[in-house]
Amino acid sequence: MNAAKIARSVTQALLAPLIAVIVSAAVTSVVVVVAGASVSDFFDVMLKLPSHRNVVNIVNQSSLIFLAALAAAIGFRMNLFNIGVEGQYTLAAYAAALVAGQAWFPGKVNILVALIVAMVVGAVWAGIAGLLKVTRGVSEVISTIMLNAIAGTIVGYLLSNHGQQYGQGRRTTPIPESSQLSGWTPWAAGDGSIWTLVVLAALAGVVMSVVINRTRFGFDLRATGANEDAAVASGVNVKQMVVVSMVISGAIAGLIWMPALFGGADYYGPPFQRTLGFTGIAVALLGRNRPLGIFFGAVLFAWLSEQANPLGLIADISPSVVQITQGVVVLAVVIAYEVVRRWTAAYEQRELRTALDKEVAA
Amino acid sequence: MTTTVAAPAPAPGREVADRGSKARRYFLIGLAALFSLAAVRVITGVQEVDSPGSLRAAIIATCPILLAALGGLWSERAGVVNIGLEGQMLLGTWGGAFFTYYYGPWVGLAGAIAFGVLGGVVHALATVTFGVDHIVSGVALNLIAVGLTTFLAEAFFSDLDSEFGHGGAQQLTGIQKPYTIEKIPGISDAAASLSDKHWFVVSDVASTVAALTTRISLVTILVFALVVFTGWALWRTRFGLRLRSCGENPEAAESLGINVIMHKYAAVLISGGFAGLGGGYLALVSSPGFHTNQANGRGYIGLAAMIFGNWRPGGALLGSGVFGYTDSLRLRDSATIHAMLLFVGFWLLVFAAWRIYKARRTSGIVLGVFGLLFLLWFALTDEVPRDFTSMTPYVTTLLVLAFASQRLRMPKADGKIYRKGSAG
Repeated sequence: MNAAKIARSVTQALLAPLIAVIVSAAVTSVVVVVAGASVSDFFDVMLKLPSHRNVVNIVNQSSLIFLAALAAAIGFRMNLFNIGVEGQYTLAAYAAALVAGQAWFPGKVNILVALIVAMVVGAVWAGIAGLLKVTRGVSEVISTIMLNAIAGTIVGYLLSNHGQQYGQGRRTTPIPESSQLSGWTPWAAGDGSIWTLVVLAALAGVVMSVVINRTRFGFDLRATGANEDAAVASGVNVKQMVVVSMVISGAIAGLIWMPALFGGADYYGPPFQRTLGFTGIAVALLGRNRPLGIFFGAVLFAWLSEQANPLGLIADISPSVVQITQGVVVLAVVIAYEVVRRWTAAYEQRELRTALDKEVAA
Repeated sequence: MTTTVAAPAPAPGREVADRGSKARRYFLIGLAALFSLAAVRVITGVQEVDSPGSLRAAIIATCPILLAALGGLWSERAGVVNIGLEGQMLLGTWGGAFFTYYYGPWVGLAGAIAFGVLGGVVHALATVTFGVDHIVSGVALNLIAVGLTTFLAEAFFSDLDSEFGHGGAQQLTGIQKPYTIEKIPGISDAAASLSDKHWFVVSDVASTVAALTTRISLVTILVFALVVFTGWALWRTRFGLRLRSCGENPEAAESLGINVIMHKYAAVLISGGFAGLGGGYLALVSSPGFHTNQANGRGYIGLAAMIFGNWRPGGALLGSGVFGYTDSLRLRDSATIHAMLLFVGFWLLVFAAWRIYKARRTSGIVLGVFGLLFLLWFALTDEVPRDFTSMTPYVTTLLVLAFASQRLRMPKADGKIYRKGSAG
């Protein structure tokens, strides 16, 4: 491949995200103006250099978003829409917190057991949708949405009937001190520490990257996503692939809350973050379902949420404005990719034609 | 589109069933539901199962879901899957509340529709013009709508406080309601008193009449009229035929000179309008005002109701009714919910018997076991935990789809991306 070609493929890869970021910045600016606030104040706050404390929070938050996006991306790679990440991680986080809180095992073993429980619960919950799809032909989009609602209700019911009274609400029994991980404190203690299990997110990213790109299973997965008929013809068992990838997706979804749980949340209760599943779907789309792209997307989303906190105080804008930015950037990026793809196809067609014309002339 | 796993072909001839037999089928379903409800009421002695108040709550809960379902129907009949219904509904709640505060409820409803259409424009641009995957676009649209309505509510409703409504960072309450028919002289009271007699079937019919004639919003009547309108427009007009042809086989439609892009746009915009009106209904009729994230999954439930109803307006009405009734059960006392276990158990056994009669033994047995479990649950307990009731619509959807999905037939090119000139 010559230098010009490499330059062109790099441009193609970066063009769409660039367009998306510009469009979403523009749309957000319009919204800010309509709400009667100052655009320059808004950008001052959002682009300010993050403090040590902010950096720690961004790293921690991106690890959760990264895992959520990874879970969604597995399914997306074979055109399987696991909208159910939300329900899977809610149920898994509850189950893992419950088991870890019982302290059946000492210290670190307890953590390992809890992680396995989380993965199994997430996998089973996702597996239901997979089985319904292959045996009964139920669209996974609808079934996972229903399973989300059911998971939320089940956890709510169990928590309010069997949870430990804590302040206004209920929680699971906190995990024993020997199973809590202290994390890594890069700056002053007051700036907080980076959770130990952020490593888990990084590990999951690497493993997934290898599995998708370097194994037979990964190839089958991508082949099914790219062209199902061709995959079937080459001997891929699509039904089996659907169930397996749903299960893997659910297992990863089960891990989403684990860095937080063992990094200071200590129990399932009010500090639990909802809607990470949907954030994950957005980030997966943003990152083209590739681990590296997802990584950048996760950092972007975590940055936006963290930096938006002082918006109300400094610029008199509601921090919820970044939700619009996040939504628009996702829609803009999928449209931009499609447009860039069409441009590229048209360009290549033109090139081919000129080359052919030359040959005919010669 | 999503990976498709080959499902058995639907029985031939179902599509060509003549209108008379279809109307008769819906009538029979209604009659069966009425009789079994009456039986449950008499056996358990729980009058709230179908008292005028319960049915009224059920109707109010049904309407937004029905509007979402009809919205989904319009768009999917033209081949565009609209998961963005939820977002379009949310936009409708904000638009409805905002315009009602300043210009009154009827302009408010128009505003709700306009905001829903706006959501439809975004979805149509992404899916029809740019060929983005329909689910992806819908999910993104929902994200934007949540953020946008939360932000706009904080920006525009926080400082409002007057006789037209009381605002807050996340709500706007006390806004005007559209005109409500209090009573129809002679009918409402007579029906109500007849329903108080608690006679088998007679009182149940009277309850239904009372619910439909007492304190009913004009918008509710409009919603039911829209079911008929949708059926007429899609199946009895040239526009409808063309629109449906775009959902079945856009390439063939194009070869006949139909402007596929235009019809898809029209369908998605109308779809957004329906969903927006559903949002407006939530803010103006169902509840005393707007609050953030008011749609609360009803867009998705509407989509499920439409699938349940086999992509047809009558079926969508039936599906929405089931979801609306179970949704309204949340507000009733636990005895009512407990009585419904008997109802569900009974019908599951009926379906099981029918399945076994039709030589579908496995699914028949599974249904039968479920039915017996429900009856056992009914016999052995006195009440159902409230949390479980809010779960009912979702579990129902899953069960219905699991057992009925093979009988359903969606538009052939539903969810497929179409590009102009692709007919070749």
